[in-house]
Amino acid sequence: MSPISRGFRRKREEAPAGRVPPGQYVTKDFPVLSAGPTPHTALSRWSFSITGGREAKSWTWDEFRALPTETLTTDIHCVTRWSKLDTTWQGVSLDVLLSAVEYESRYALAFSDGGYTTNLPVADLLGGKAWVAFEYGGGPLGAEHGGPARLLVPHLYFWKSAKWVRGLRLRDTDEPGFWENYGYHIYGDPWREQRYAGD
Amino acid sequence: MDDAAVDDFAVDGNAIAGLLASVFGAEMTTAVGTCGSCGAVTVVAELPVYLTEIGTVVRCRSCYSVLMVFVSVRGMTCVDLMGLASLS
Amino acid sequence: MAGTAVRGRLTWQTATVGPVTDETPHVRTLSLSVPDWSGHRAGQHVDVRLTAEDGYQAEREYSIASAPGEPLAITVERLDDGEVSPYLTEEAQSGDQFEVRGPVGGYFVWEPDTGGPLLLAAGGSGVVPLRAILRHRARTRSAVPVKLLYSSRSWEDVIYSSELDLPADGVEVIYTLTRHQPRAWKGYARRVDEQMLAEVAWPAGQGPLAYVCGPTSFVESVAAGLVGLGYPAGRVKTERFGATGR
Repeated sequence: MSPISRGFRRKREEAPAGRVPPGQYVTKDFPVLSAGPTPHTALSRWSFSITGGREAKSWTWDEFRALPTETLTTDIHCVTRWSKLDTTWQGVSLDVLLSAVEYESRYALAFSDGGYTTNLPVADLLGGKAWVAFEYGGGPLGAEHGGPARLLVPHLYFWKSAKWVRGLRLRDTDEPGFWENYGYHIYGDPWREQRYAGD
Repeated sequence: MDDAAVDDFAVDGNAIAGLLASVFGAEMTTAVGTCGSCGAVTVVAELPVYLTEIGTVVRCRSCYSVLMVFVSVRGMTCVDLMGLASLS
Repeated sequence: MAGTAVRGRLTWQTATVGPVTDETPHVRTLSLSVPDWSGHRAGQHVDVRLTAEDGYQAEREYSIASAPGEPLAITVERLDDGEVSPYLTEEAQSGDQFEVRGPVGGYFVWEPDTGGPLLLAAGGSGVVPLRAILRHRARTRSAVPVKLLYSSRSWEDVIYSSELDLPADGVEVIYTLTRHQPRAWKGYARRVDEQMLAEVAWPAGQGPLAYVCGPTSFVESVAAGLVGLGYPAGRVKTERFGATGR
């Protein structure tokens, strides 16, 4: 039994009832959790590609930025229990990106500079649920938060919103990405508290 | 180490001395790890370590391949050492 | 006997806060009382775990500020966005309890027969384990010559300043104040660079041993600089505190 440290409390702010998923607390910070060094890819060398469809499709930074964009305000939920409310982003919807590819696959592996990967069902990337975001809080997305562009899939735990994303590999099976391989849930729905494999 | 790779978010093997001792049952910061990818040999204390609440990732100093991963799953520490060729 | 000692170091033990000392407006030293404390080596650290009433736990690690043979003490810098450091530097008082695990660390340690001459390079709160080394050197009456190069944002941020102003024989302390300097400051006023290291560090030919501790970018820069001056990489020991220190 650990002794109680008198007066110690988790840093937390009040959350409106029902606003955050079970087991989460609200923070005004934006913690940086990285599994490796921050990549610094020059925009001239950046591309986003989708492979595994009938033909591979790739966008340079300029081509990517010429696509229609959306701004959105959303809550984000980290598996480490912090939630951040009303975060604002600008990005290109995955609906737009995936519409440029012919494919039959039901699953995708998002991959990033530095080797990070995460897996998602394609259905969770469609229907206005996912973006490749390049702006946060009204300004360019900082490198430590995944800039120049990151995946943004706010309805799942935030480890699925791969920083420094460079593309998707479409596939027929749902194979675990980086954290999923080390014990985190294959799907990661915060509202069903799917933190770890087997939850 | 490559200047471009200097990363303020990394600590080093010293920072996980307690975690390593609890997992291996011995003082490990002076142990020497051999990278399974590039063969680089480095004392654990000098390995870049990404220490966060989601998990702890220990990487090779030379090629940044993942050497060790520690994740706390429902209070139990899960350890993956597959990136190491050896640790002695 | 050895097995028991290892077990003790690997388990969480209850620590009770004793006297506290405010070293600077943001830095506090806490003296801790741990029953059956096994002792420690200069340069080691402890893992600290706090437990809230609702069961929430937070763990951090802090370098041991005291020398072997002295009561266990840690020095904590308050980080603005921290969760544990504000508690330890502002809330915790004599009699409060938390847990410690350790001491841990077998790499970044110094004993008199480790030798020298020693170059200690501190970035901000990186001075904490180096101060333990200096106190151990003094307590053992070691004659190993030491230079401490201490990089701090300002004079107000210098930790242990009254102690470092009265260095023991054979110890030289060189400050560099990187952001604000007192009027009439004649010392270094910039981040440590190769030129400064060339002026301050023991020549490589004297076989020095370096201990470099502080934020990761400080450690990387200083370690590379020392290797550039001819220090063998194996004679430069490093301890990185991450972006802002602990």
